[in-house]
Amino acid sequence: MKSNHRWIRLTHAGNIPLREGRAVNIDGHEIAVFNLGERFLAVENRCPHRGGPLSEGIVSGGAVVCPLHAWKVCLEDGSIAKPASERACVASYPTRVEDGVVWVEYPEMRASDPALAQLVAVSQINSTSLLEKAAAS
Amino acid sequence: MERLVLIGNGMAGIGCLEQILKHDSRFDVTVFGDETHVNYNRIMLSSVLAGEKSAEQIVMNDLEWYRRHEITLRLGARVTAIDREAQTVTSDDGGLTPYDKLIIATGSSPFIPPMEGTQRDGVFVFRTLDDTRALLERSGPGKKAVVIGGGLLGLEAARGLRVQGCEVTVVHLMSSLMERQLDGTGSALLKSQMERMGVKVLLSHSTAGITGNGKVEGVAFKGGAEIPADLIVIAAGIRPNADLARAAGINVNRGIVVDDHMQTSDRNIYAVGECVEHRGMCYGLVAPLLEQGKALAAAISGNKGAGFAPVVPATKLKIMGVEVFSAGAWDEAACNGETVRFEDPALGLYKKLVVRDNRLAGFILVGDTSESPRYLDMLHSGRDLAETRKHLLFPPPAEDAGQELAQLPDSHTVCGCMGVSKGAILEAILKDGVCTLAQLKETTRASTGCGSCTDLCKGLLKAAVPEFEEESAKVLCGCVPFSQEQLREMLRGQQLRSVQDVLDIYGNGHGCEVCKPALSYMLDMLWCGDHDEDRSARFINDRVHANIQKDGTFSVVPRMRGGVTTPDELRRIADVADKYNVRMVKVTGSQRIDLLGVKKADLPRVWEDLGMPSGQAYTKGVRMVKTCVGTEFCRFGVQDSTSTGIELERRLENLFTPHKVKMGVVGCPRNCAEATVKDIGMVGQDGSWQVVVGGAAGKTVRKADVLVTVETTEEALNACCLFFQYYREHANYLERTYDLVERIGIERIRRDTIYAPDAVKRSLLDRLSRSKALSSDAWLERHNPRTATQFVQIQPMETVTI
Repeated sequence: MKSNHRWIRLTHAGNIPLREGRAVNIDGHEIAVFNLGERFLAVENRCPHRGGPLSEGIVSGGAVVCPLHAWKVCLEDGSIAKPASERACVASYPTRVEDGVVWVEYPEMRASDPALAQLVAVSQINSTSLLEKAAAS
Repeated sequence: MERLVLIGNGMAGIGCLEQILKHDSRFDVTVFGDETHVNYNRIMLSSVLAGEKSAEQIVMNDLEWYRRHEITLRLGARVTAIDREAQTVTSDDGGLTPYDKLIIATGSSPFIPPMEGTQRDGVFVFRTLDDTRALLERSGPGKKAVVIGGGLLGLEAARGLRVQGCEVTVVHLMSSLMERQLDGTGSALLKSQMERMGVKVLLSHSTAGITGNGKVEGVAFKGGAEIPADLIVIAAGIRPNADLARAAGINVNRGIVVDDHMQTSDRNIYAVGECVEHRGMCYGLVAPLLEQGKALAAAISGNKGAGFAPVVPATKLKIMGVEVFSAGAWDEAACNGETVRFEDPALGLYKKLVVRDNRLAGFILVGDTSESPRYLDMLHSGRDLAETRKHLLFPPPAEDAGQELAQLPDSHTVCGCMGVSKGAILEAILKDGVCTLAQLKETTRASTGCGSCTDLCKGLLKAAVPEFEEESAKVLCGCVPFSQEQLREMLRGQQLRSVQDVLDIYGNGHGCEVCKPALSYMLDMLWCGDHDEDRSARFINDRVHANIQKDGTFSVVPRMRGGVTTPDELRRIADVADKYNVRMVKVTGSQRIDLLGVKKADLPRVWEDLGMPSGQAYTKGVRMVKTCVGTEFCRFGVQDSTSTGIELERRLENLFTPHKVKMGVVGCPRNCAEATVKDIGMVGQDGSWQVVVGGAAGKTVRKADVLVTVETTEEALNACCLFFQYYREHANYLERTYDLVERIGIERIRRDTIYAPDAVKRSLLDRLSRSKALSSDAWLERHNPRTATQFVQIQPMETVTI
């Protein structure tokens, strides 16, 4: 499977305080970028439980805790660490830092319509790992 | 069925009846009680007087209990005669009740010394619930109360009246307080402690009479001196109520004479409790009376055992920082014994052991009574101390903390109030499957008296029930496995000033949503802002000073002190609501206005346009002070609740607390602003304020406890501040005031706040003012954001397609 991915220059690393997250709006769709000190991680900014803004959560190791009902989302792969039985997950995006700027790799969206962007994001929740495999190959 | 009549509905009588019901139920039981209440815990009357417990809370057997056991209860009916020939009793409600077996448990009456004026209005005794209620009605701040009698009961009455705000003087005939339980050194210590909490003590004063014209005005002493009084409590001792038995021709000395099986000179009539004389002794403490009840129950049920054996008298007293324990023959001169003693006046500690023939004959403990079980055991067992004598005062450190408990014999009394032995507790645990303290209380009654054996009970539960979990030992969370109390000590001792340092040194280095905000609070409380505040460790609400809603927008509640606002403020609020498309404007339950649906990016401008300080509605901090209009407008108001509430809010606002703190100030006892269900409340009365704490009307509903009653507004505000800082320093994170009050106990809180030594109070208030001076309105951060992106939405710099 081939899809158009692009690397996006997001912001200066200093704009995301240590162990905090910030929301970044790309084409009407929000991703949450976290500063974990030795690295930056990015996931979709929408908790699979009730849509809470993960960027506002408290970071716990390599995970973030949603501010609304304390679901715990792993920032590496978007899986749900708490509640333990939960199988849903959020999309996660590769990142890199160059010259003090945080970059994220994000699928290109043709539609500028936010509603359509939302649809694409939802479908991604279920296909992230597939996409990653495809990207790796 | 045999007809059993019990005269007396008090602790001894009903305690005995409970035992009889355990043996068998072949009796058709009728109980007469001349009070109009069901059986209550008389030991706790002093707590009712002190406002710590309500009348309902000291009930031991409710009506349902009587119904369940099919007991005919005749309340408010006094038995006036016993006809032993016809086997009937006559009661003053006109009835004649036949019996096969009769138990007399008429208790005792206060002894009123013969003197002038005891009939005057304002003279009380302190014996029943009705006496207590009458006293409560009459007492109040600034009232001059005189307690005649410096024994156990007198001192408890003095304590209760002091808590109600009275100026209390204890007048005692003898040259030292509690002279039957304490020697000179012990009672001098007790006296100085009583004086420290503001009770005057007059020793060697013989009362000549009570002066006044209809109403009480003062107490006159032999020798001519006189002191003024608004109310007088006579607590000069008790006398067994034996007249009924005497009139019926039953053998009576001082009390009703009984044998070891509590049988009187009439074989169908038994007696139990304070009305009884056994081998020349009358008892006034609960434990031996319950023992008597057991012996009686066994005998009347046909299971005669060994019977009641005389016990060594032991007295326990615990009032605001004064713990006293006295047992056995403590007067070395009288019993020809040797004394081993330890004394530290600065710490208020005193320990005296009297040894005769290498056996413990008696002891006195003042200040710390935790060792009383050890000494009581030596006393009761009469063990030879030759080998262990050098460890008498200070035992060698136990190798295993539980060992001491394990070594106690099964016969050892754990709960002295209810007479429950270690064996009985273990039986309840092992046979009845008891595994919590609440169940233990219900099954055995252990720890339902004065509560001082709670630790022992918990220790036994811990030893015998593997799954027993003691709440206080709970750790904060898996990331930093220490209790919050330990953590506070560690942060203070190690001078740690950042959450990450704590996690790196004592935890897993990561932390989570449970421990990070808790540690953040502890650091703020300890260092008052003089530390590295790590916003990443705080909940989003505390990063942006607004309350996150389900859709990711925020709510904004400006501070509106005392619930008072102005047309100008309201206009600005309305303009803000229009300008920023606020989705809902809502009047809150806290007399404030909530603007709902504000975007994070708009917050700084919303605050600027409002021009009002943060109401801290989003955080664990000082929420509000709800007020009524008080003397300013209300025709019933007796105190200026509005300005007082505003002042209280000003003094505490902007501070963080373990959980939210809601307050209320009302101008009269009608309590329109519901101060008695707030964390801190002030209830205005004519000429005084009642300060109440630990109330709740949310998930938990709880009536607040009275902390203190004081005359001036400044004193009341001061009491609020003392409690507030105490709560900040002692509560665990997310522990509301009502949990703290229940965990620590209002009495200890009073002792550690309003009745603490001046130096302690001053340092509590100093720490509070230091925190206050370093705190500020969080919304001022609009001028000086913590980071460039605190409120700003990040936009991508550019996009590059690969």
